[in-house]
Amino acid sequence: MASPVTNAEAGAPRHWLDRFMAEAPALPGARLPWLVERRQEAMQRFARQGFPTRKAEAWRYTDLRDLARLPFAAAPAARVGIDRLPSVLPNALRGPRLVFVDGAFREELSTLGALPAGVTITGLASALASTPERIEPHLGLVRPSEATPLAALNTAMAADGAYVHLAPGAALDLPIELLFLGVGGEVPTAHHPRILIVAEAGSEATVVEHHAGLGGVYFSNVVAEIVAGPGARLHHYKLQAEGPEAFHVATTTLSLDRDAAYDGFVLTQGARLSRSELRPWLGAGGVECRLSGAYMVAGRQHADHTSVIDHASAHCTSRQVYHGIIDDQARAVFQGRINVHPDSQKTDGYQLNRALLLSDQAEIDSKPELEIFADDVKCSHGATVGDLDENQIFYLRARGIDRPTARNLLIAGFLTEAVEEIRVEAVRDGFAEAVRSWLDARVAGERRTP
Amino acid sequence: MLEIRNLHATVDGKPILKGVDLVIGDGEVHAIMGPNGAGKSTLSYVLAGREGYEVTEGEVLFHGRDVLGMEPEERAAAGLFLAFQYPVEIPGVSNMTFLKTAVNSLRRSRGEAELDAMQFLKLVKARTKELGMSDEMLKRFVNVGFSGGEKKRNEILQMAMLEPSFCVLDETDSGLDIDALRIVADGVNALRGPGRSMLVITHYQRLLDYIVPDKVHVLAQGRIVRSGDKELAQELERKGYAEFVGAAEAA
Repeated sequence: MASPVTNAEAGAPRHWLDRFMAEAPALPGARLPWLVERRQEAMQRFARQGFPTRKAEAWRYTDLRDLARLPFAAAPAARVGIDRLPSVLPNALRGPRLVFVDGAFREELSTLGALPAGVTITGLASALASTPERIEPHLGLVRPSEATPLAALNTAMAADGAYVHLAPGAALDLPIELLFLGVGGEVPTAHHPRILIVAEAGSEATVVEHHAGLGGVYFSNVVAEIVAGPGARLHHYKLQAEGPEAFHVATTTLSLDRDAAYDGFVLTQGARLSRSELRPWLGAGGVECRLSGAYMVAGRQHADHTSVIDHASAHCTSRQVYHGIIDDQARAVFQGRINVHPDSQKTDGYQLNRALLLSDQAEIDSKPELEIFADDVKCSHGATVGDLDENQIFYLRARGIDRPTARNLLIAGFLTEAVEEIRVEAVRDGFAEAVRSWLDARVAGERRTP
Repeated sequence: MLEIRNLHATVDGKPILKGVDLVIGDGEVHAIMGPNGAGKSTLSYVLAGREGYEVTEGEVLFHGRDVLGMEPEERAAAGLFLAFQYPVEIPGVSNMTFLKTAVNSLRRSRGEAELDAMQFLKLVKARTKELGMSDEMLKRFVNVGFSGGEKKRNEILQMAMLEPSFCVLDETDSGLDIDALRIVADGVNALRGPGRSMLVITHYQRLLDYIVPDKVHVLAQGRIVRSGDKELAQELERKGYAEFVGAAEAA
């Protein structure tokens, strides 16, 4: 598809400032003083910084210039008819689902069903209208940082999103699905979905965050804020399957209290350029934080996985296992930073990024960073880059499997290994299936190419 | 069934096989014994078609067809099977997926219809039962976290699933205790039959107590230096290989 006309001024802070002035009065909760103030502060922060450039260390490997130059229109007001909603779950295991199209909540496409006591799942705009006092303690306050200007842009511009609240001890067996569809139109659009998940003490739930694109050029600037109270158990799995021309930048910040367990996974398949940035704060003892992922990029895709894990208390563990495949001229970035604060003794941090380069022109930039200010800690990191193992290929061929099939089997296995980190079986199976479909489509594409 | 004629092969330019001659008839089980470094594993890899094992002279005929020009997967499709000395671990790929892909690859190359999930499940369950193995092994990733005995049993399961007409068992006894050895040997014996020949490669006579061969050959310094019946294995157990190492060096 032809690239849209770019405009050097389009992505300048001025453009967004003008948009903010025009759109802010119509944003939900525009009469809540605390919210207006947070939005204005966030807009000022973004206006000072603008889109991050590669001069910033955290953005050294990811270039947003193509994105910043696009003249984004507001998302079209017209409601696109949607006839099929993708899901990673089998029908029998479907639970509540919120559906957003180009950032707007679509109640008629969503299903909530009967929720157990203490479980609230709703659009964020609606929650701001009905129970703003529950949103106020958290929105925009979960680890805000000078290092995330696009999260600030989201705080200023977010028109809607998802709000999930679990009262103390509340539990939901079926996964909650948050589906964000990017439709795109004649002109590039930008949306700023906002997710707030508050899991109070001892609660437990599974959230599947699913981003899918139907085509077109659009920018999905996602922010998820997650608060887990003492002993809460939260499973949060994200599938990024945006359209091939899409830009996806997601900033997920987490505040994890005593003995909370967070089990997170990101599967990255779509978008022309994507970044998934995770910023968990392990604020009290006994937290278990798992942040794993898999990525599969081809063509000219660019996928960035960045994490900043703060071990701000003693006796916490964090674990990251990423496996990725990079084909054609695609490029992947893995930046994993672990900060072990003073007095965070008995910290156990593990980080691994393994990348398979399937072409001579594929590229991976892998940058682990450990900053340790405590003396009794166990932190390890590893990064490997390679091609498939010839011993394994020969073993498969000796069983009658031809080389291309053997390669695909090994690639699928390599990705499945990472998907195994997902603790919830139904989601694990669904993500494994998403991996297989992607690979099958790729093989079918190769066979079509003479 | 299999004819090896004057086979010479090099690894990294170094001659390892220096004129191997061997004829194995239908349904026969032959054993190849020999000291370390004699070229036993090289012979098995040359037969299976591993890259890096270069044949410089001679030929291998399987049912009268030239094997050496075939890709490894074509050899498997033709009915050749190598049970590996060191079965390879494949993380992330379940044994079930692996076996199904292999079985259907062979069926496709033979012009047979592929098995669907149900047909395959039925077949694999029947085979594991025949071999006294548990289904649990099917769900695990190929050879990952398997004990030495489990890895070798998994090789035998693959053999049972692929139904080759010629099997090379490369040091199948290595790393096995006596109980595991017996289980593996029982599996191999269950697969013996008139249409299936085997070449059992081993350093020790022990395995041949359980898989009794029709003929025994001594491979030393890249050549078959002596052939005999199963009593030869016992003689080797008593006397060791010193005689052959010396003889080959003198030759």
